[in-house]
Amino acid sequence: MYSQKVIDHFMNPRNKGKLKDYDAVGKVGNPVCGDVMYIYIKVKDNRIEDIGWETMGCAAAIATSSMITELAKGKTLEEAEKITKKDIADALDGLPPIKMHCSNLAADGLKKAIENYKNGVKK
Amino acid sequence: MIYMDHSATTPVDKRVLEFMLPYFDKKYGNASSLHSMGQEAKKALEEAREKIAKVINADPSEIYFTSGGTESNNFAIKGIAFANKDKGKHIITTKIEHDCVLNTCKWLEKIGFEVTYLDVDRYGLIDSGVLEASLRDDTILVSIMHANNEIGTIQDMEEIGKIVGESNAYLHTDAVQSVTKIPIDVKKMNVDMLSISSHKIFGPKGVGCLYIRKGVKIDPLMHGGGHEGGLRSGTENIAGIAGFGEAMKIGEEERPRTMPRLEKLRDKIIDNVLKIDNTFLNGHPKKRLPINANFSFRFIEGESLVLLLDSRGIEASTGSACSSKSLEPSHVLLAIGLKPEDAHGSLRITLGKDNTEKDVDYLLKVLPEIVSELREMSPFKKDYGEFE
Ligand SMILES: Cc1ncc(COP(=O)(O)O)c(C=O)c1O
Repeated sequence: MYSQKVIDHFMNPRNKGKLKDYDAVGKVGNPVCGDVMYIYIKVKDNRIEDIGWETMGCAAAIATSSMITELAKGKTLEEAEKITKKDIADALDGLPPIKMHCSNLAADGLKKAIENYKNGVKK
Repeated sequence: MIYMDHSATTPVDKRVLEFMLPYFDKKYGNASSLHSMGQEAKKALEEAREKIAKVINADPSEIYFTSGGTESNNFAIKGIAFANKDKGKHIITTKIEHDCVLNTCKWLEKIGFEVTYLDVDRYGLIDSGVLEASLRDDTILVSIMHANNEIGTIQDMEEIGKIVGESNAYLHTDAVQSVTKIPIDVKKMNVDMLSISSHKIFGPKGVGCLYIRKGVKIDPLMHGGGHEGGLRSGTENIAGIAGFGEAMKIGEEERPRTMPRLEKLRDKIIDNVLKIDNTFLNGHPKKRLPINANFSFRFIEGESLVLLLDSRGIEASTGSACSSKSLEPSHVLLAIGLKPEDAHGSLRITLGKDNTEKDVDYLLKVLPEIVSELREMSPFKKDYGEFE
């Protein structure tokens, strides 16, 4: 069902956990649907200096949270905003079709975090 | 691997497999043939029928072989609906039936039948008063499962049998999960039909039966050469049926030893897992299958839990939407009143005769670790915050 890469990121998630000293957070999903993602960013000189996450969800939700941190770290905010659901799925060698929309929330979470950062909203 | 998903399916018992083997390549006759090989097959068929009838206190002539639980349930419900539509078009079932009952009923609604889906309480039990009040003159069938496949709750079939017995309706029960786990007596339960599936009781897949009490007016789904008394045509799956019969015999003979042992192990699981905080048991504390435990762990999701357990060598299942084809959490867990988020965080453990105390001790070591790993990753620690 899942690619080796998804399983790898699910079993060994990268950059997990809330950042101690974050500048903004993007919260997406709903417990009713089973997937909730909080993406935390620390920004320096318009770049994503550090990124972390807290996720409740299936293996795909956890793997995409992990993967977006690898894709976004070090990028400028403008570059990071452009990361799409498809970019994340491709980087994971694909996701099952049914998981594409419900569990692939990380791109939305990051966009929201960046938006909150630009608007000076920390929570 | 430690397999703890016996309500999904079971391995074929070695003795059952031995018993089946000759019927593939040595005794491969068609039970309708007049020659010796055919008569040998016919004998195997009738012996299996006797073994099964004995377990449920039926007459062998009341056992009709099918391809499994799904077909038996379809047969019972559609067969009664079609044969009795002039008497009435009302059917009663419950909200916690297996999909093969629910989707059959939904389809019958589309072609003009009317179905009442009974609610259950927080433990999964129906209210017999509500059942009684739901029965009408035009009710032709009541279909209520004996034991639930997800939460293990056992309905009081004797009481249900008494109530339905006083009406015009036939009574069907899906006993796929209960047979060989708890005693079954079709006469005491006063049921007209009862479904059994072989692969849940250490027999082969793709075979099962429907008990149909003598005199019940039912139509076949399979028309053809008139096998099974004209109610289920098609050359009989002799090897499968022989294995099914043997699995029933062994399962019932060993039940008095196996089930108390598994029930003790299951209780040990429940007692210890409930020590994990923000965890609760789904289903009834007492009226449940001896092999079943079903928990909800708040703040985590079941698919992740099942996959991490798998990676540590334990196979179990969940009622989370992420594990279903429909993207909906288990209809059973919702019917007992769980919030969707708690249904997503459910875990079902179903034991079988090969499970040992060592297996259970390993589960009890690994499960709390995995739950806490997932909770560390979760944004929720004490409550659902802004989502409450
Ligand atoms: C309660 C119940 N009824 C019916 C079925 C269907 O049986 P089968 O797999 O033999 O079609 C199952 C199995 O999933 C079940 O648990």
